Amino acid sequence: MATEFNGLLTATVFLPAVGAVLLLLLRGDRVIRGAAVAVAVADLVLALLVFAFFDRAEDAARFQFVDQFSWIPDIGLKASYLLAVDGLSAPLVALTGLLGLCAVLASWHITLRVKEYFFWLLLLQAAVMGVFTSLDLLLFFLFWEIELLPMYMLISIWGTGRKEYSAMKFLIFTILGSAFMLVAIVAVFLTPDVGTFNLIELSGPGAVLTAAATLIPLAWLFWLFFVAFAVKLPTWPLHTWLPDAHTDAPTAASVMLAGVLLKMGGYGLLRVNVGLFPDQTAQFAWVLVVLGVVSVLYGAVVTMRQTDLKRLIAYSSVSHMGLVMLGIGSVGVASGSLTVTGLSGAAMQLFTHGTITGLLFLAVGIVYEKAHTRYIPDLGGLAGRMPFVAAAMLIAGLASLGLPGLSGFVSELLVFLGAFRAYDWPTVLAVLGIVLAAGYILWMMERTFFGARRERFADLTDASLVEAAPLALMVVCIIGIGVYPALLTDVFDSALEPMIQAINGS
Amino acid sequence: MNAHDLYVVSPYLAMAGAGLLVIVFDLLLPRRIHGLLPYLAFVMLAGPFILSLVQFYDLGLSSDLVRNGEGGEEASILLGSLSVDRFALFFNFLVTGAVGLVVLASTDYVRMLRRFQGEYFGLLLFSATGMMLLAAATELITIYVALELTTLPLAALGAFLMSGRSSEAGIKFLIIGAISSALLLYGMALVFGFTGSTQLTEISAAVQRAGGGVAFGNYALLVGLVLLVAGFGFKISAAPFQMWVPDVYEGAPTPVVAFLSVASKAAGFAVLLRVMFTGFFDVSLDWGVLLAALAAASMTIGNVVAIVQSNIKRLFGYSTIAHAGYLLVGVAAGVQTAKGGLEAPVFAAIGPDSVLFYLGAYTAANLTAFFAIAAISERVGSDRISDYAGLVTRSPALAITLALALIALIGVPPTGIFIAKLYVFTAAVDSGLAWLAIVGVVNSAVSAYYYVRIIRVMFLQQPPVVPDSRASRNPTPWAAMGVAAAVVVFMGVAPGFVMTAASAAVRALGV
Repeated sequence: MATEFNGLLTATVFLPAVGAVLLLLLRGDRVIRGAAVAVAVADLVLALLVFAFFDRAEDAARFQFVDQFSWIPDIGLKASYLLAVDGLSAPLVALTGLLGLCAVLASWHITLRVKEYFFWLLLLQAAVMGVFTSLDLLLFFLFWEIELLPMYMLISIWGTGRKEYSAMKFLIFTILGSAFMLVAIVAVFLTPDVGTFNLIELSGPGAVLTAAATLIPLAWLFWLFFVAFAVKLPTWPLHTWLPDAHTDAPTAASVMLAGVLLKMGGYGLLRVNVGLFPDQTAQFAWVLVVLGVVSVLYGAVVTMRQTDLKRLIAYSSVSHMGLVMLGIGSVGVASGSLTVTGLSGAAMQLFTHGTITGLLFLAVGIVYEKAHTRYIPDLGGLAGRMPFVAAAMLIAGLASLGLPGLSGFVSELLVFLGAFRAYDWPTVLAVLGIVLAAGYILWMMERTFFGARRERFADLTDASLVEAAPLALMVVCIIGIGVYPALLTDVFDSALEPMIQAINGS
Repeated sequence: MNAHDLYVVSPYLAMAGAGLLVIVFDLLLPRRIHGLLPYLAFVMLAGPFILSLVQFYDLGLSSDLVRNGEGGEEASILLGSLSVDRFALFFNFLVTGAVGLVVLASTDYVRMLRRFQGEYFGLLLFSATGMMLLAAATELITIYVALELTTLPLAALGAFLMSGRSSEAGIKFLIIGAISSALLLYGMALVFGFTGSTQLTEISAAVQRAGGGVAFGNYALLVGLVLLVAGFGFKISAAPFQMWVPDVYEGAPTPVVAFLSVASKAAGFAVLLRVMFTGFFDVSLDWGVLLAALAAASMTIGNVVAIVQSNIKRLFGYSTIAHAGYLLVGVAAGVQTAKGGLEAPVFAAIGPDSVLFYLGAYTAANLTAFFAIAAISERVGSDRISDYAGLVTRSPALAITLALALIALIGVPPTGIFIAKLYVFTAAVDSGLAWLAIVGVVNSAVSAYYYVRIIRVMFLQQPPVVPDSRASRNPTPWAAMGVAAAVVVFMGVAPGFVMTAASAAVRALGV
């Protein structure tokens, strides 16, 4: 096996982990906070470097910044330490860097066990970075599992309400899902003539995974992986852990959970399910579409009924992640004529939902911090007291319901365009979900930020500089992508095009 | 006995000599510097370690130092009784490393003993000598003697506290050890009676000659083999020979339990692997299935009963039974059933490989856990899990270290046991024991429940108002704990080193 070492991705992944450990040596809450911000900023710079220097040329290598050497020697098992990004993962690495910094800034007011808190938060970021950059299935699984413990701790120690219950529910759902994945990974490895965990080899041209030789049928493998990723995405009916986890998590954990952890599910679907099993994806696309449409509609209807701000956003995430499923389901179009539109929309939706929902949770966190309630009927007229937060929330809300010129519009349009060619009626139904989104977003805005001013909120103040910075960062992203989506779509398409060819070719 | 023989057995002599010297030093050292005793014991471990290292490089490409000596022609008294090969050296390093860490971790503990400090370390080193010999023994009588040398000092150590529970633990260990030895001896007698030899290679040749419709040619030999497995079953604490484990673990001194749970188990697996693969491999009996059944029983019983435990040492007693089960999966996976009737099975190398790797990872994780438990019980004054509440705010380093060990024992990445379990279960699927792999995976999920429960108590529950008793500031046990924890992570992050060593060691089994 070729040994290569570029180092940039290794640094991006391990910088937060090393920072987290070094943090344990520091004393004083202010020092620790400052150090955490420094680590997050440094990691954002690295992540942006990865994105900026990703070679977008037509003839550029598909996988770049490769770090590869033998990790487990070829004695019964064989795995490599293989980090690389392609067009699919490079934007998600940048997203993780962005939201990682936002999460650290949103944790400024934490006073309970500060050192431990930032330790877990930075470790979480390292694990997610690892998931997005590992191209060895075993390494991927390793990072996938490492991510669990920090999230469990963040929710169960620094959360609110039924925090321990919610944290445990999150843990159990994900562990059960990843158990399925581990079985599939081992089955892929043990398939005669495969004997590798290397995703580049597995999904490359002349893919070694063929129907004749596998230990268990390819369709089974497809579903084993699917369950793990569908839990994480989450898709109906495996979504029930999400509202609980979100409601009880601290703001930063919500931001990371909605912003990047859910994306691990969508990323896994695209990377593993579509990448390794193109035929099965096309064959079962209709199941994905059904699940996607149900998630979109069910999520939207349930969102309407929510009275807790965080729960409302959590359910809206279920609805919006349904669009990712729908976009991937677009590959069910008659083979040979498939275009990249639907998958591109799904990938775009991963990124845009990350920024939009990240911003929504950040804003709600500020509201909760100041007003000490998230119960919508108790709120009202906050816009007068906190205009900046209200404006940010409004922009995120409008992006979420797909207003042209904002990022959400681009991804939703692409998903619908792609999916309509394959499944017209289900797509039309899904569009209804966006109509409902307009309803719940605007209604929520009206009830919390506008309307009559409440006497007891008279002394609320707008976001401080530290609180406003991440909001501003996200707003820039949302408008930037809305105005110039090609910044991302070109990159995504470079990775999705080979997958489309694999499906068309069959 | 010639000079070469002496060289071959030198690591064992050095280990036993260190044990004797510690006792002598105990008598000679003036009271003032008596605290140096554990450090002396530790330094003397350099002897067996360096000699093993020399032998390791001396081995080169040859398989066994005993047979490749210069005095090859003249009759060596060792010929046939010992095999100093990579397999034996792997366990030399494992046992020496484990006993070294236990010695360091015991420095605080022995201060509580007013007398017999020298004997404490002496007995530890004698037991370690037995373990090393056990991994090298290739002849039934030698195996028996080495086994007794391993067990008797441990029984004395178990009773070392002289409290009611400790004495009970010691006596129990002694009696159970005697029973298992009796079973073993009876099995050995049967094997000798029907093969005419006590040497594993000759036994192997004899059982291959015995053909016929019945496996092995006769049932008495089969009974002998089953009795051998039962005898070893006690040593590796596998079900259904596990009854003594929880009581002994609860009562015996914590550092002794740490040693017992890892080194004694490792030596037990070493001799099991050697006897099964060198002596009884090429027979037309699928004993892999017998071991697979024991594995399934051990995992299930250990994990299910561990759930209801409230004493952490008792819980670890059941946890060690479960881990014996995972290890047995690897042993069973060493035999690949050949197609068709009474054909001889095929050797599946990665089964034994995975056992050796698992033993290394388990040794590191369990030592970390027990060192942390010893330090915590010194502060909290209890072994009840409920008394660990809020430990993270009181002793963050200890809580995090214990949590790391617990996560490792579940088999969560990035720790050594994750790779080890993956390795073992992959070996099982490869050998056609997919059902056993599934049982193992389900058991791992069950085990997560009781390990995570301890983490929850430490991290999420409120600490009591009662202040902890003052703990010693001695850095040595911390160093031992740190080294063990580092190995836990190292084996998970860079497993290649130990895997290569394990693979080379298994080649020496000569199948």
